[in-house]
Amino acid sequence: MTTAPLEGSRRFHLGENLFRAVLFVAAVVVLVTMGAILIILFESGHVAFQKFGVAFIWLNQWDPVRDLYGAAPAIVGTLATSFLALVLAWPIGFGIAYVLTEICPRPLRGPVGVAVELLAAVPSIVYGMWGFFVLAPVMSTTVQPWLTEKLAFLPPVGEFYWFSGAPVGVGLFTASVVLAIMILPFIAAASRDVLQTTPQLLKEGGYAMGATRWEVLTGVVIPAVRGSLFGAVFLGLGRALGETMAVTFVIGNANRLPDSFYAPTASIASIVANEFPDADQGSLKLASLFALGFILFVVSFFVLALARLLLRQGRMA
Amino acid sequence: MFHFRNKTLMASARALAAAVAISAVGVVSAAAGEITGAGATFPAPIYTKWAEQYAATGGDSLNYQAIGSGAGVTQIINRTVDFGASDTAVAPERLASQNLLQFPAVIGGVVIAVNIPGVDGNALKLTGPIIADIYLGRVRMWNDRRITAINPGVSLPALAIAPAYRADSSGTTNIFTSYIASISLPFQSQVGAGNSVAWRAGIGAPGNAGVAGAIRNTRGGFGYVEYAYATENRMQTPMIQNRSGQFVRPSTAAFSAAAAQANWANAPNLAVSMNNTVGATNWPIVGPTYIMIPKNPADGDRAAAVLKFFDWAFRNGSPAADQLHYVMLPESVRTQVRARWAQVKSGGRPVYTPAR
Repeated sequence: MTTAPLEGSRRFHLGENLFRAVLFVAAVVVLVTMGAILIILFESGHVAFQKFGVAFIWLNQWDPVRDLYGAAPAIVGTLATSFLALVLAWPIGFGIAYVLTEICPRPLRGPVGVAVELLAAVPSIVYGMWGFFVLAPVMSTTVQPWLTEKLAFLPPVGEFYWFSGAPVGVGLFTASVVLAIMILPFIAAASRDVLQTTPQLLKEGGYAMGATRWEVLTGVVIPAVRGSLFGAVFLGLGRALGETMAVTFVIGNANRLPDSFYAPTASIASIVANEFPDADQGSLKLASLFALGFILFVVSFFVLALARLLLRQGRMA
Repeated sequence: MFHFRNKTLMASARALAAAVAISAVGVVSAAAGEITGAGATFPAPIYTKWAEQYAATGGDSLNYQAIGSGAGVTQIINRTVDFGASDTAVAPERLASQNLLQFPAVIGGVVIAVNIPGVDGNALKLTGPIIADIYLGRVRMWNDRRITAINPGVSLPALAIAPAYRADSSGTTNIFTSYIASISLPFQSQVGAGNSVAWRAGIGAPGNAGVAGAIRNTRGGFGYVEYAYATENRMQTPMIQNRSGQFVRPSTAAFSAAAAQANWANAPNLAVSMNNTVGATNWPIVGPTYIMIPKNPADGDRAAAVLKFFDWAFRNGSPAADQLHYVMLPESVRTQVRARWAQVKSGGRPVYTPAR
């Protein structure tokens, strides 16, 4: 009789240990996979770095005929479309989050929240086709000429002419707009979660002092969660950096540095998608594409790491 | 990207199905049932049409994936399909090292399509050097003096030209850039010819259909597409000046005239150029499109089914070709191609011998 509980506890220990081991393996598998991807990307792409040196990162060339490759147009296109998308999506995403947490009547919060989250469920190919066949003509005939007229006062910076390019419909700007819509639900959801962490007492204190909604927002809520808000935004950025299918449709696929917001350009993901099927085994082109993949991985890693850091700081403050 | 995934999935599904069938019945079926091909989008409309008609006569069904010439070559080298299709002839050394037989299947023309509001694009005249300079970003407006000079009586608007090209690696691009590189020295030295090149101006759209869409969507749109896509989409196709100095309209007859000038006799692997041929009625941008099939197929029956399909197309494919504005290979070339099929062997014997 006395051995029964012992036996049971031993069995319990066995189960517990097994459970732990399984969980541990699962966690390690993720790390190992990440490491393996990084190593294989570098290993497959190192020929490109050998051939062009570190200069591969800033060489402005992509010429499959002469076998000359460089990452500058792709890196610039990737960062420019992602940051512009962020600039467009941030105020709207934050606005949605604020409405959902503070202003929206309780019965409406559910439906509006779900509608925003549904944007994240639309497949990226659908965004691409919508962008190419519906948005691009509207951009070309209406939005772009209007912006060109209104923003003509912007002086060109070097060879960059802001909104004065030919309004061809697809290009850096249209890609950014499509990306902005795609990352909107992520920014809105993350911002909403952040806003909900603002202590109720602080806000009520603000209102008790006779502050308006605007004053509470700018004077109490935002200072309390500032770091976390940046983090929410960077999570959206991480998603925008690697988006492939939609961007390939609307970015214009020109492997050149853009000379205006309307100019066609390319992103790392779009170049890889376009050129990968034709890259022969062992060719310099294939190595260059892997090198691009490696660069994208590193950039995304740092952006996400920064997001985590900011989120954590926000929570500690 | 999708196609890769689909292919692998399909291949494994097929392997699984075959394994199940063998273990269940114990007999390997001789009929291929479905043959698979992948590659060039340029001949996709005619291959699809032929496949439809062939299946209606009781032949095997063909699953053709129009994923671009470059991808087609990669797929057949990896042996994930029964045949690959490319508008660019593969280099003889590469064919040898990969143990592939290449043969031309059909001939088609590449045309310029335009979208100029208020102007009948079909009546517009262009020359090779102007086309080259549009893609070099030197001719930017539709009322450029070089265009108006050869189009008296046409009132061209002060509208920016919006050039479009293929974003994906494409044999259509190869035929087209080979043509403009051959007549424009600046284009030859700055851009060159190939499946994908470093364009100096314009936007890239995916596939023939994407380029057609980009032209239609943009006021001032300009681009090159395979002729079947232009006619299917009712696009306006300008005349181009040929080597004999004549402005010609794109038509099957003009493609045939160019094809008749090709020098088949001295072409290794029957890879010929038909661009910029001499002749008053010749269309200047014409090319054959090729099929690649392993000389040592893993499954001789499937390889035989592929050859049987093309043999059928060579004999009965002419009405569909006319309808879609492709040009059949000359009879003598078809005979040469059939003779080459004997190189596709399984167990030391040709897998398919065409009837005389």
